[in-house]
Amino acid sequence: MSLFSSKQFKPLSEPLLTNNPVTVQVLGICSALAVTVKLEPALVMALSVAAVTGFSNLIISCIRNFIPNSIRIIVQLVVISSLVIIVDQVLKAYAYEVSKQLSVYVGLIITNCILMGRLEAFAMANRPIPSFLDGIGNGLGYGIILVIVASFRELFGSGTLLNYKVIPDCFYEFGYSNNSLVILPPMALILVGVIIWIQRAGHTRFSIKILYSIIRGLLKAFGTK
Amino acid sequence: MENLFSIFVKSIFVDNMIFAYFLGMCSYLAVSKTVKTSMGLGLAVTFVLLITVPVNYLLENYILREGALAWLSPELAETDLSFLSFIMFIAVIASITQLVEMVVEKVSPALYASLGIFLPLIAVNCAIMGASLFMQEREYANVGEATVFALGSGVGWWLAIIGIAAIREKTSYSNIPKPLQGLGIAFIITGLMAVSFMSFMGIKL
Repeated sequence: MSLFSSKQFKPLSEPLLTNNPVTVQVLGICSALAVTVKLEPALVMALSVAAVTGFSNLIISCIRNFIPNSIRIIVQLVVISSLVIIVDQVLKAYAYEVSKQLSVYVGLIITNCILMGRLEAFAMANRPIPSFLDGIGNGLGYGIILVIVASFRELFGSGTLLNYKVIPDCFYEFGYSNNSLVILPPMALILVGVIIWIQRAGHTRFSIKILYSIIRGLLKAFGTK
Repeated sequence: MENLFSIFVKSIFVDNMIFAYFLGMCSYLAVSKTVKTSMGLGLAVTFVLLITVPVNYLLENYILREGALAWLSPELAETDLSFLSFIMFIAVIASITQLVEMVVEKVSPALYASLGIFLPLIAVNCAIMGASLFMQEREYANVGEATVFALGSGVGWWLAIIGIAAIREKTSYSNIPKPLQGLGIAFIITGLMAVSFMSFMGIKL
């Protein structure tokens, strides 16, 4: 019963909006931007990162009392890289095309600062279940930014979403054309800058509140079951 | 020789670690407040890259790659250990960073004092791991090419972090909208710098 109370879910819901790992904690930007040209690799990347953060937090939290303090970084790196190897092999087996597109960025999940950051800040001091939720939450918080940036870039850069044509042909006949600047790497940086601007300006506070209350409501409904 | 020069220039300007691949962004944003500290970090990153990439190159070509173990015995000619490459690379990087820290402390205390705090940070810098993975993906012909690539990537990263640090020192006197200050404007400046670096894209060497 207490497992699903809304207090338990705080580590899961908080990083999604108010304490987002990318825009607020400034972690894990390294690999966040390169995979956002199309929505599909961004989604796959978001799920992979969420899985790795969740399970590495869970594993480290389970063994946190047995890790000598002086070698904890190495232990954490070993756990993380074993999980990333699993993710990489699974992607190669079941989603080969996407794993080709992601190329080195799957391997770079290992050095993603979110992982080390959350392990050090949360999993080393908390019990397994909250740590697991914290990991999943942070992975998804990272994923939200990825998906926002990727859908913007794919929509305006190639006029598609998840490879389905969204912008109708008649637009092109009236002289609309895809903005190829959006596809280039610099635009990802500028977009993230703008997202941070909007978030810090508080223009989205209202919409964030609505979203937050929806999530809280859902979690409550989940908890009473 | 020409080939090496082309790899060097290409990895500094065209395939710049920050502007083309966004690698090492975390420390790039966190440590780029003054030119002096970013000098130190850039030097440390170049230094570690220059050691880890050749080591990982040898590891990749004599142990991990499919058929790489053939020099040990002909029975092992078909072994493919490439799935282990992530864990091996990160182990090499983490231990070499530790080793470099110890050696630098012993040999050159002055350099250690200027790099000191940055060296441990480097083990989890994506640019280091990224360079090893790119080295694996691009299959350089020999260890010399891999070393030159590492040097070029390091210098490119160094250039980028010094550039942004200089600009950020100036922007502290500018009138930036409050929510955009700090992180937001740093991203946008990096974006604009990346646009300017794109002018190198057409270069053929």
